[in-house]
Amino acid sequence: MPELLKDYLPIVIFMGVCAAIGIALMASSFILAVRKPDPEKLSAYECGFAAFDDARMKFDVRFYLVSILFIIFDLEVAFLFPWAISLKEVGLLGFWSMMTFLGVLTIGFIYEWRKGALEWD
Amino acid sequence: MTEFLTSTGAVAAFPEITLALSALALLMAGVFLKRTAYDLVNGLAILALAGVAVMVFLADTRATAFNGAFLADEFARVMKLLALLGAAVALILSTSYMKAHKLNHFEYPVLVLLATTGMMLMISANDLVSVYLGLELQSLALYVIAAFDRDNAKSSEAGLKYFVLGALSSGMLLYGASMIYGFTGTTSFPGIAAALANGEASLGLIFGLVFLIAGFAFKVSAVPFHMWTPDVYEGAPTPVTAFFAAAPKIAAMALFTRAMVAPFPSMTAEWQQIIVFISIASMALGSFAAIGQTNIKRLLAYSSIGNVGFALVGLAAGGEEGVKGVVLYMAIYLLTTLGSFACVLAMRNASGQQLEDVKDLAGLARSNKLLAFVFAMLMFSLAGIPPLAGFFAKYFVFMAAVKSGLWALAVIGVVTSVVGAFYYLRIVKVIYFDEPAAPFIPAAPEVKWVIALSGVFTLGFVLFPGPLLALAQAAARSLF
Repeated sequence: MPELLKDYLPIVIFMGVCAAIGIALMASSFILAVRKPDPEKLSAYECGFAAFDDARMKFDVRFYLVSILFIIFDLEVAFLFPWAISLKEVGLLGFWSMMTFLGVLTIGFIYEWRKGALEWD
Repeated sequence: MTEFLTSTGAVAAFPEITLALSALALLMAGVFLKRTAYDLVNGLAILALAGVAVMVFLADTRATAFNGAFLADEFARVMKLLALLGAAVALILSTSYMKAHKLNHFEYPVLVLLATTGMMLMISANDLVSVYLGLELQSLALYVIAAFDRDNAKSSEAGLKYFVLGALSSGMLLYGASMIYGFTGTTSFPGIAAALANGEASLGLIFGLVFLIAGFAFKVSAVPFHMWTPDVYEGAPTPVTAFFAAAPKIAAMALFTRAMVAPFPSMTAEWQQIIVFISIASMALGSFAAIGQTNIKRLLAYSSIGNVGFALVGLAAGGEEGVKGVVLYMAIYLLTTLGSFACVLAMRNASGQQLEDVKDLAGLARSNKLLAFVFAMLMFSLAGIPPLAGFFAKYFVFMAAVKSGLWALAVIGVVTSVVGAFYYLRIVKVIYFDEPAAPFIPAAPEVKWVIALSGVFTLGFVLFPGPLLALAQAAARSLF
């Protein structure tokens, strides 16, 4: 049991470092920064929309489509980075596994392209 | 590439790989052909399922792949053949319905193929990670086809409900799996069994096991995790409901069985009492709640909850005898359910509209003798009346329960099946003794074929029970 937990020690250290840096940044801006508040600065940030408004408004469904399609390829990159760095260790099995994954993604991409999901109009 | 195949042992997973590749190929074929794609893709998808079934049948058993995460044994072979049969028949049943309701998009057969690939992975899963992968591949495809009639509010509701509750159950399952991993240090089934072989099970591990079982109970729709079933079954298009009631149930039950028997043989006392409880609760709810139903799809949903309860009696009994009961029960349930849903698909009025009320069946015996007879036989079989197939399904699970000393469970099972007989017999009464309602128009040819074959199986099982019994026996033996 302790053997198993020891493997996770780097993660615990990493979480500690993260917390320290995060708290330091927030605390320093709290202590050092110049403050000139105005209503715009104080209002909640809500990309492109009024923060306090009727929630039941019409919203173009194409936004959802674009963001969903984006997420797939965003995640693909998230997989590609660690794979590219550790390619030496994962070897041929790792290489072909990723190629299979990319192949499946490409088929999905061709599908969405032919279906016209990438066109705004 | 060849080194890749041999080093991973991927040869054992050739049927799954073939099915996945054909799904991708059909997706491309469909999207490039556009107009005429549905018929072609649907036909080729059925062929692909049949071809993969042949591959599964011929494949050698007791092979592992991907460092033991995938196991192809006799149990997996039998359950995969059943799941493939369920998927293929569901696709065949859907052909005319999808066209009549303008749902003939080529994506439907492709999604069914992907879901079936997930089911085959679930059945062969021998590691908590591959359990989750297979389950998600299956579930994601199922959420989409539940909402396939997307302009229909009920169908969208079914898809959304299924998605939200399915995601919740996957979360519980993952939580349980992570606890089991934390307390044993491995995710592989043989590894967990080895880690647990010596010493008492810790409290944390029991917590993990309970969460794992809760996740599985959601997937097989056992009480108290059944709430989604009636709404999803009612809302989804009828051929999709037929698919839901058939193939995924087989796969989830196979996974449930293997995930209890293979990694936790030393914790049998712990999981057995949970299975006994959900089994009794499912049988009772399935019998009592179905009495008040007027919609036939809802009624069959409660019937399927009850049937899962009966199959779980076999799992609770455990051992070779119990698993044999589970396999046999699921096989007979599959063929009876497909027949029942084919009968529901045959309920169309003169304007071609699909009817779903029990009272629409009134006096069917006068307008369509054959359909009325088969429908009545299927209901008798589901009620467990000898000499029909459903009787033997129940007989073997109850015998297994009695042999392992679970007398109370067997008695409660018999009592609830008597209660359940009431609503099955009510349908027979409506068909034979009520004042005739408007007659149905003739069913589509493929629906007629499925009804006929299912009727022949239900009536003929008593004459030739040998092959199916032998298959179930061989499947059960390979698990121990």
